[in-house]
Amino acid sequence: MTKTLCPPLADKDVENLKAGDRVLISGIIYTARDAAHKKLLELMERGEKLPLDLKGQIIYYVGPTPAREGEVIGAAGPTTSSRMDKYTPPLLERGVRAVIGKGLRSQDVKKSLKDNKSVYLVAVGGAAALLKEKIVSSKLVAYEELGPEAIRELEVCDFPVFVANDVHGNDIYEIGKRKYERNR
Amino acid sequence: MREIPVERVSDVVEKMCIDSNIFLGQDVLKAIKRGLDLEESPLGRDVLEQLVKNTEIAMNTKTPICQDTGTAVFFLEIGQEVHFTGGYIEDAINEGVARGYEKGYLRKSIVLDPLRRVNTGDNTPAVIHTRLVPGDRVRIVLSAKGGGGENMSALKMLKPADGEEGVIDFVLETVERAGPNPCPPIIVGVGVGGNFEQVAFLAKKALIRKLGNPNPDEDLARLEEILLEKINDLGIGPQGFGGRITALDVHVEKAPAHIASLPVAVNINCHVSRHLETII
Ligand code: SF4
Repeated sequence: MTKTLCPPLADKDVENLKAGDRVLISGIIYTARDAAHKKLLELMERGEKLPLDLKGQIIYYVGPTPAREGEVIGAAGPTTSSRMDKYTPPLLERGVRAVIGKGLRSQDVKKSLKDNKSVYLVAVGGAAALLKEKIVSSKLVAYEELGPEAIRELEVCDFPVFVANDVHGNDIYEIGKRKYERNR
Repeated sequence: MREIPVERVSDVVEKMCIDSNIFLGQDVLKAIKRGLDLEESPLGRDVLEQLVKNTEIAMNTKTPICQDTGTAVFFLEIGQEVHFTGGYIEDAINEGVARGYEKGYLRKSIVLDPLRRVNTGDNTPAVIHTRLVPGDRVRIVLSAKGGGGENMSALKMLKPADGEEGVIDFVLETVERAGPNPCPPIIVGVGVGGNFEQVAFLAKKALIRKLGNPNPDEDLARLEEILLEKINDLGIGPQGFGGRITALDVHVEKAPAHIASLPVAVNINCHVSRHLETII
């Protein structure tokens, strides 16, 4: 079954998700990679105002290719999430309800997801042209100087992801592998 | 002597950079479709279907297949009867890379200094491996290599007594540790023998062989088959969601080694395996 998500997300939206679910996202999501995460955390440490309200939001780890003239964005698939591991728990505490990336997360992140009732979503790595087609608009929010690493507001329509870690502590990477491994 | 203006090399390289990032090779596409026939996991099939659709969209909209458009790695075979004119061959290659990555709207992913990390802005310098060969031709092979698979690659100096079993164990260990990070389904390049730097080169070179072509050496072809089966028994599956298709293919290359050494290297490539060859 395919579920749908429209941010900002409430408790029941995330509680309803299970590891392995297919999800289509429609609405606004925000992009951020390592450099933008670092800047957000520095602001938080200094107690300053953030350039966006994180409550209930979804953050997408992506560094797209340049857009051609007349296009919204270039190829825009997920980047490896583990580079964001050390920045993720404070953002979840601040209200982020879902992050989209690819690949393994640290134990700390998995615990923080559970504690903060948030989910880790995964988009297909290398499906960047397909994912690009689901992005209908893109607007700069902060840190233009970071180029492809700037924070952008993306409006997406039926953006396909899978639930990797749900709020109940399940992990599709563990469940899936266990189900299909063969010991000969 | 055959004269080749280096400008011609720049033009060829420019086109190769753009084409390799937009059009997935038929051999890889065929392997993904074959994977779709064999995959039992519903999520795994979903992933493979997205990948097939992605390559069609990339081709029709001239969008890169993946946003990581890679490090430009070149294998250059220069016939010893060739005389390049009009400049230095490595500059000409870098010129072609810079133009291709700009004109093709590709991402510039190279930092000049590994510790200070400032982007060079044009995806240069390329990694260039050059070999002098007989004849008057120039063979240029480009591999636009993504960071995901590269980061999960590994090298180990085994003891000769570890033998084939040791090699198999190390390959499996490396693929298992990589898990979902290199965006499976993956292609696994394995180097066996040679010395420390040669074995890494062999593993990379193994990746440029077209899929579906086993090593002509019977022993190595058998090893490739065993490795593919064992890797797919790990159950990692497409994107690591669990499934039968973790790797599309395994390629092994070997070289003579020192009596005291058994080097082994594992270079992982993702399904966005971008390789093109041009002969001038
Ligand atoms: S590993 Fe391959 S598919 Fe994944 S992001 Fe890198 S280049 Fe793209």
